[in-house]
Amino acid sequence: MKVLKILTVFIIVMMCAGFSFAQDTELATVQTASDSLALNNVALDTLWVLFAAFLVFFMNLGFAMVEAGLQQAKNSVNISAKNFIVFAISSIAFWFIGWGLMFGDGNGFMGYKGMFMMSGPDNSPAIGNSYHGVYSALNWTGVPLYAKFFFELVFCATAATIVSGAVGGRIKFIAFIIFSFILTSIIYPIAGHWIWGGGWLAQRGFWDFAGSTVVHSIGGWAALTGAFVLGPRIGKYNPDGSANSIPGHSLPLATLGVFVLWFGWFGFNPGSTMAANAFDIGRIAVTTNLAAAAGTMTATITAWIAMGKPDLSMILNGALAGLVAVTASCAWVTPGASIIIGGIAGILVVLFVPAFDRWGIDDPVGACSVHLVNGVWGTLAVGLFAAAPYAGGNNQPPPGLFYGGGISSFANQLVGVVAVGSFVFITSWVIWVIINATMGIRVSRDEELIGLDISEHGIEGYPDFESFTLK
Amino acid sequence: MKLIIAIIRPEKLVDVKKELNEASINLMTVINSIGSGRQMGYPETYRGVKHEIRLLKKIELQIAVNDDYVEPTIKAITRGAKTGNIGDGKIFVVPIEECIRIRTGERGSRAIG
Repeated sequence: MKVLKILTVFIIVMMCAGFSFAQDTELATVQTASDSLALNNVALDTLWVLFAAFLVFFMNLGFAMVEAGLQQAKNSVNISAKNFIVFAISSIAFWFIGWGLMFGDGNGFMGYKGMFMMSGPDNSPAIGNSYHGVYSALNWTGVPLYAKFFFELVFCATAATIVSGAVGGRIKFIAFIIFSFILTSIIYPIAGHWIWGGGWLAQRGFWDFAGSTVVHSIGGWAALTGAFVLGPRIGKYNPDGSANSIPGHSLPLATLGVFVLWFGWFGFNPGSTMAANAFDIGRIAVTTNLAAAAGTMTATITAWIAMGKPDLSMILNGALAGLVAVTASCAWVTPGASIIIGGIAGILVVLFVPAFDRWGIDDPVGACSVHLVNGVWGTLAVGLFAAAPYAGGNNQPPPGLFYGGGISSFANQLVGVVAVGSFVFITSWVIWVIINATMGIRVSRDEELIGLDISEHGIEGYPDFESFTLK
Repeated sequence: MKLIIAIIRPEKLVDVKKELNEASINLMTVINSIGSGRQMGYPETYRGVKHEIRLLKKIELQIAVNDDYVEPTIKAITRGAKTGNIGDGKIFVVPIEECIRIRTGERGSRAIG
């Protein structure tokens, strides 16, 4: 009897519950459908952003191979070690403070809310007005916080890895480590805050889609000051001031590196939509690719005419120059304009490599010509080539000078170039000088002559080969 | 006819070549070589295991000259290669029995220059 009673009650309860559940289900179905659609979008966007970020991570390999290939064999262990450790340094520095300085809410100069260890409140992937948190500069992208962080981290690491090539062949390993920590935890995030963190340049109307200025110019300025404070490698200059060439030890390795970088750039630029926006990512992949192709072609032609031979190292630098230059504008220009931007970049890089030589800047891999010169050119190009329908609307830059937008956009870009340039030039100069005064940044003459592989790491890159004739 | 064999520091090759060219000595053979002298080796470590490298990387120059060029050649090499430290290298002068230019079949001092 008792069992029957309990069973009846149970059945009644179940029926009531079932009835109310059925009512709820109809509402819930509608609700779940829209929720799951939104969740699908979030998942799709997150997948795209992380996939792009992984491609940009791969660019670190590209930099390592380019820089190793363009250095002497006796420094190949050292340059590989620098390129490797710099990603680890960036990962820790950017997580600890860089992210907060760059994307935390703050003033026009720097972010300070939620500064350390991503500790601020954040309800991503909520966007726009429904976003509540302290990292509102990125509230336009509907991906979770850690996806945003990881994507921005790989960009920070890219800026830092630019420096290692220009200072190659003579810098102390420990001095490079310390500088990289400061670059990725303070210098890059502050200048980045001005542009991508809602700082004063962003408010003035300065536009940099994927980082011609934020990543490449910042890295380029830091590389330039480093190469200058270090001075040239022994044997780079003759007593009369003319420059010698110190050929890289493996051009196939450098070619591998540039292909990897070109590949990684398909994450760098199309990924900067930070959303799986079907129309934009396809077009940005095309503008990015065309600029690289144009840069390769014009660098080849320029080198052929100016230097007599189509120098492979210049062909490779030409592709990188085109990629760097189109980075700022890839989302806002037509494919035709991207060919012009990349084409001019390819000419600039070939002309600036000997120019930096003449100015006494010994840059073994051409980092200043590729990243600094073309970072500046690419940033200015936004003010010249931005075109409707990709420009002039909401969250788009105004049309450029050649597309009826007047000079004001170009002027704003110029202000940004000068401001970021002076800030990074001065801060990185001061840091290099302080490191030099306290612990020294340059290895001794004997250490440099025997090579940094043996003197800094106690090991050779190619111990089973003998390759040491100088010329 | 003498064969001048010089062992020098690798990084000094540029300077030695410049001095030789200024003394109008343009013909030479350059060989990557390894060896040991009074300059001791240097330690290398690989995955924590230390080993002493005793054979150092050097450049060997071989220059065949007529007798009146022996002293200018020695002087030029010395000017270019000297740092004053242990490890600057050595110069050996050995007689040459015969010299033949393959292209023409010329022999003796005519074939050297």
